[in-house]
Amino acid sequence: MTTILLNLFLMAILVFIVVMVMRTNRLFAVVVLSGAYSLICAAMFVNLDAVDVAFTEAAVGAGISTVLFLSAMAVLPSKEKQTTQSHTLTSNLTGLVVCILAGAVLMVAAFDLPAIGSPDAPVHQHVAPRYLTESDSVLHIPNVVTTVLASYRGFDTLGETIVVFTAGLGVFLLLCGATRTARRQRPEAEGEEAHDGK
Amino acid sequence: MMENNMILRVTTKILFAPIIIFGLYVQFHGDYGPGGGFQAGVIIAAAFILHALVFGLEAGRRLFPLWLNIVLLVAGVLIYGGVGVASMALNGLFLDYNVLATSPAAGQHIGILIVEFGVGLTVTTVMLLLFHAFAGFVPASSMQPDDEEAS
Repeated sequence: MTTILLNLFLMAILVFIVVMVMRTNRLFAVVVLSGAYSLICAAMFVNLDAVDVAFTEAAVGAGISTVLFLSAMAVLPSKEKQTTQSHTLTSNLTGLVVCILAGAVLMVAAFDLPAIGSPDAPVHQHVAPRYLTESDSVLHIPNVVTTVLASYRGFDTLGETIVVFTAGLGVFLLLCGATRTARRQRPEAEGEEAHDGK
Repeated sequence: MMENNMILRVTTKILFAPIIIFGLYVQFHGDYGPGGGFQAGVIIAAAFILHALVFGLEAGRRLFPLWLNIVLLVAGVLIYGGVGVASMALNGLFLDYNVLATSPAAGQHIGILIVEFGVGLTVTTVMLLLFHAFAGFVPASSMQPDDEEAS
């Protein structure tokens, strides 16, 4: 019961943050609010006993992505540009109808899901029992998340690592290539910084 | 950046090592508690990003040079794949840790530890690379000669 109440409370905070994000046009506030959103999500995951996911969400979502957004903001204007034509009645109504329809479909579908933590759920019938019993007794590794991530699903994690690697390398090549081109065009303007471009 | 704020500088100097030690704890204690390579990589990167934010991008790059960043970025992926190749060389399947030691359980321990280390290395260096790419970004449009006063 307390779990559900706590989750409802956190959910209310999430909705509040989303409304705040929608209502402001200052990018700094949006970045900080999205960091807060991730932190509340992490609290929710802890509440659902998904400590590893909560850890990742707090470190990546609330920590690093906030910093990355802030550093990306340095090259953006501080205020979001207001679009004038998007506030007509018909466009708002269309959006509202689409949102309500999509939400209704999702809620109807959610009634078919098994209850949270139900041992009869299909996901807990397939390979999960083997992971849960084997991880501690055969491999002597108490944290099942780690064994699933690194051992049972080692191929997936290798793929994830390569995705992270490729994405980071791609962003680096795009941005630093642009920076280097810009410096080559105006070498004298960046006299004291030009040498660190390498 | 904020080189002149004494409180931030002293706090960063005090916090830098404990953050890295906590990151290493998360990295190598992932078998027994929550954590692992992804989380630890982000935490260790956060220590270096904090240093770069307070002491400036130049100081951050002196502490963790770009060539080292790129080398470790590639090394992380290679370590992960290398474990797979090593287990194949020991007559196992790709990423089959059982053959890495005398007993399957010990092999799994070693394999998971090395693989998580590779993941942590890649995540740390990717985060640092992204931070420096964004923070040191000079857009081409702001460098035009007729756009001198653009901030």
